[in-house]
Amino acid sequence: MTAHDPKLSADHSNEIGLYEKRKGVFPKAINGPFRRFKWLVMIVCLGIYWGTPWIRWDRGPYAPNQAVLIDLAHRRFFMFDIEIWPHEFYFVAGLLIMAGIGLFLVTSAVGRAWCGYACPQTVWTDLFQHVDRLIDGDRNAQLRLQKAPWTASKIGKRALKWTIYLLISFATGGAWIFYFADAPTLQYDFWTGAADPVAYGTTFILTMTTFIFGGFMREQVCVYMCPWPRIQTAMLDEKSLIVTYKDWRGEPRGSVKSAVKAATPLGDCIDCMQCVAVCPTGIDIREGPQIGCITCALCIDACDKAMADVGRPRGLIDYCTLVDAEKEKKGEESTPVLKTIFRPRTLIYLGVWSAIGAAMLFMLGQRARLDISVAKDRNPEFVMLSDGTVRNAYTIKLRNMEERPRTFRVALEGLEGAAMFTDEMDAAAAKRDLTFRVPADTTQRLRIYVVDQRPEERGERHREHGEGHRERGYGEFAFVLTAPDDEGGMDRSETNFTLPEGHGE
Amino acid sequence: MSNQRIDDATGVETVGHEWDGIEELNNPLPRWWLWSFYACIAFSIAYCVVYPAWPMIDKATAGTFGWTSRGQLDQEMKAEAARKAGLMAELDKASIEQIAADPRLRRAAIDGGRAAFKVNCIQCHGNGAAGSAGYPNLNDDDWLWGGDVATIHQTLMHGVRQPGDDATRMSQMPAFGRDGILTPAQVQDVVSHVRVISGQEKPSGSSQRGAEIFAANCVACHGANGEGSRAVGAPKLADAIWLYGGDRKALTQTVTNARYGVMPAWGARLDPVTVKMLATYVHSLGGGEEAPAPAAPEAAAAPAAAK
Repeated sequence: MTAHDPKLSADHSNEIGLYEKRKGVFPKAINGPFRRFKWLVMIVCLGIYWGTPWIRWDRGPYAPNQAVLIDLAHRRFFMFDIEIWPHEFYFVAGLLIMAGIGLFLVTSAVGRAWCGYACPQTVWTDLFQHVDRLIDGDRNAQLRLQKAPWTASKIGKRALKWTIYLLISFATGGAWIFYFADAPTLQYDFWTGAADPVAYGTTFILTMTTFIFGGFMREQVCVYMCPWPRIQTAMLDEKSLIVTYKDWRGEPRGSVKSAVKAATPLGDCIDCMQCVAVCPTGIDIREGPQIGCITCALCIDACDKAMADVGRPRGLIDYCTLVDAEKEKKGEESTPVLKTIFRPRTLIYLGVWSAIGAAMLFMLGQRARLDISVAKDRNPEFVMLSDGTVRNAYTIKLRNMEERPRTFRVALEGLEGAAMFTDEMDAAAAKRDLTFRVPADTTQRLRIYVVDQRPEERGERHREHGEGHRERGYGEFAFVLTAPDDEGGMDRSETNFTLPEGHGE
Repeated sequence: MSNQRIDDATGVETVGHEWDGIEELNNPLPRWWLWSFYACIAFSIAYCVVYPAWPMIDKATAGTFGWTSRGQLDQEMKAEAARKAGLMAELDKASIEQIAADPRLRRAAIDGGRAAFKVNCIQCHGNGAAGSAGYPNLNDDDWLWGGDVATIHQTLMHGVRQPGDDATRMSQMPAFGRDGILTPAQVQDVVSHVRVISGQEKPSGSSQRGAEIFAANCVACHGANGEGSRAVGAPKLADAIWLYGGDRKALTQTVTNARYGVMPAWGARLDPVTVKMLATYVHSLGGGEEAPAPAAPEAAAAPAAAK
């Protein structure tokens, strides 16, 4: 990526350009195994992106029937059979960590494969470049049109191309919002003008970013804006597969004709520039590994085709590790691909990645779909009643994380002789266990008052149990939540009971 | 500037400057970066024009959009009021008893009352409604004037000893010591008796003398056994709860100089819905009593929480 401005070396030799105009990239169409793989990845990625929100998933009458839904308004994350509540966000954090380690794994094994095939910037740039070829023709036609004056035909072609850009961008930006609400409903609301303003705003912003980044910025995003190439470059090592021009085999380069005339034998590179012509970021891979190379391997396809045409073996440009490059230079046997991919570093990444995945799956299987949390009142800590009994108040949250209403039973464990009632009950109806109906997929907040018995009885009990008889202090007890239905389940929350004289220690 | 050359390691041209062997590579910024920088400048100028931006002596420039954070808050508060308008109208129409009987209205009133309590009541009764010396604890089951929701509502509407309100809760304990009704020794005897009936002291000679003085001077309001009277707001003396303290010093002070606690009449200060919500909230704090049967209002005054 040398920035040779011809003006610099000519008459304006003292002036230095602080800014550089983008040099257009007009990649030539190419076919080959890597191009076909790129097609496959593109179809899969775009299919997942556009298709996922429309998958339906029956969750019964109390929950949305969209398979993947990020329900920000109700703070729920649905993914097929999994429902994540905000307090279980560590599952999402775990997924993100897995994604991070997955990138380490992929990068250390096969280099910048993410950049070359799966990154949205790459996928959409590729899509837009196909649109260019469809409207303007291949590389040479595009270059001619670029230089041509603005005739009616050029204006027409540009208008048509940019309209198609905009339509693709709109489809891209518009699809994003379906992940956050029921897709068919939102689709209807969107076109009837009844959707939330944030839906239109999001669609507009993402349409414009797709239009600008995919249609015009393209490789500029990779080279100047994205931090990932820098990080990936740091994670590559001498055993990572990168797209390599085998200079020891190709140099000195020269055409077939000049090779015949040359005094000393030339290398295999015929300097046909096909590798440069097909590159979607406009670089010359023969200058060596560089930050502009997203390792999409289209130059491998192009070079293999050229080598086949002149009857030389394929792989002048190929996936190759630095270690293998050294070996090949010395004429030694290169390492088998499997051995290159499965080595201690990648196996450790794979192990960590799988361990996190397995742990999360295990936790998903183990997690209870009911939950109790207790917050004791601190102000006042206790209330003295006229008959000498003491009352403490607690704010209790019952979580029913099932997609159906459930009946829960909350009972006191410990604190014998105490009873409780809620702020919606009469104090006389206080009991040691209470039953609540909690609606589907909600948190129920309760005010619970616990009244302990008279001080003399309390004192006796304290004496009975006080002398190291029990490990628990007097005031410690627990609220126990159980579900009396077939599915069952249990949770408990420890708390304490305060007396005027303290916790009874 | 003639020493421009291609750097060996990077293959990039240098700009030709050299300082003690340190050279600068010529890697120009992309042109679009410059345009996005200009766009940011244009944006910030436009922002300064349409939104409050420049600090002046007493406030910032207003901005042509006329946006203010206070204005936005006002808008949000209005939207919230509009959202709650239906519920507030229902609470306005319903009587305090109807609210208590309807779980949905009751829940709404408790939540609204909690918010109003934090604004109007915590100054005296405390954040947790636990009160302090002279300011009743609203969580407990001991009520001076009655603890059913309608009575609490009445107390809130007209206050306690609020001057100028005819329906206010009114009573006055004589200052037995200060006004010379009892001698200081007699005051101590009465205090001894009160401490005996509240279970804080063992009977003594002093308390026996005090019992006679109590019978002669105090039973009219506080009852023969110190059970108190809600008709005149006379506290129950034979329990564990004290408004001004149950130790000898505090009781001596009370009997000598009497007490005269005042609560404002909130009916004149707050709108009717807020007062209803406050009454419902205070009633829900754990000591609320059931409404007394109409025929025998005093009979139901026994604490509901007693076990």
